[in-house]
Amino acid sequence: MINSKVFFQGLKSLKGSRSPAIPLAACFIALGALLKDAGFNIQQSAASSLFTYALPGQLVMAESLIVGASVLNIFIAVWLVNFRLYPMTVSLFPLLNHASQPKWKYYLSCHFLAVSSWLIAKDSYKKINKKHRIDFWIGIGIGTWSTAVLMTVIGYLAADYLNKDMLIGLAIVNPVYFFCMMIGAMKNLSISLAIILGTVLGPVIYLVSTEWALLFAGLIAGTIAFLLGEKNGK
Amino acid sequence: MESSQIIILAIIATSLATFISRFMGALTSEKVSVKSKIFQWFNCVAYSTLAALLGRMIIFPAGVLAESDVIIRVVVVFICVIIFIISKKNLVIPTVFSAILLSILS
Repeated sequence: MINSKVFFQGLKSLKGSRSPAIPLAACFIALGALLKDAGFNIQQSAASSLFTYALPGQLVMAESLIVGASVLNIFIAVWLVNFRLYPMTVSLFPLLNHASQPKWKYYLSCHFLAVSSWLIAKDSYKKINKKHRIDFWIGIGIGTWSTAVLMTVIGYLAADYLNKDMLIGLAIVNPVYFFCMMIGAMKNLSISLAIILGTVLGPVIYLVSTEWALLFAGLIAGTIAFLLGEKNGK
Repeated sequence: MESSQIIILAIIATSLATFISRFMGALTSEKVSVKSKIFQWFNCVAYSTLAALLGRMIIFPAGVLAESDVIIRVVVVFICVIIFIISKKNLVIPTVFSAILLSILS
């Protein structure tokens, strides 16, 4: 059903000098501590990472709860901040597609789509035979997802021992890791432009609209990068 | 409503709002060919959206990160990216270093 050799190859991406385990640990430990602060119990904290598994959305949820936002407002705010997962899925899953694989694998494993797993998969899918790429992805996903849940619990338990400076230190690890991974992904003109323009437009549009910033910045920067890339033959 | 009920509802709302985008992505992917222009466009938009999120996380962060100085955050990211490049794309060194550096500076 699942090719175990390829699955473990995916799981092993947690090891080595490009491992996402350290940044995942850092940010989910910080999240666990934040959720405790927001009044969650340990089961609720674990459930949040288990079922949501998307850090920016979980941050929005925790902060909205602290200021007393309604559940509908939380839903909309999270949807807007996590909408990035839609273009991310569409830019990864066609690469993993194979007619011989059952659809349920794709429908279930899309839950593993997060920035860290996406960047690893984009970086290493070419090494894997097309037929088994989805199993490779499931391996990456199970590894990153379980790390996130485990670290949320550890962060919750360690909350009392973490001072503010340590939490700030932990919180920077994730963006630094992602920036490095993206610099590593800048292999052609359109991707490089997409990343540079997006980095600039994200905060700029945020000044105009906090909720729609990501969506607009992504659409505008991505479309400009695509058109310029096409014009220059990539 | 009790606060624990609100938390559970918030977890469900957050999880649903997140899964919708992933699942829609999986459905759309069935119709998108790797060689098509639309795939290239989605690829650019995905990288841009991610970059926009990261730019926002550094300049206008949520959570504890907001309590550090913006200049210091930008400097830390810049130094760590340079370390990443000169360490031949090692990711462990710059990420560990970033935490230590920001903890010391802030």
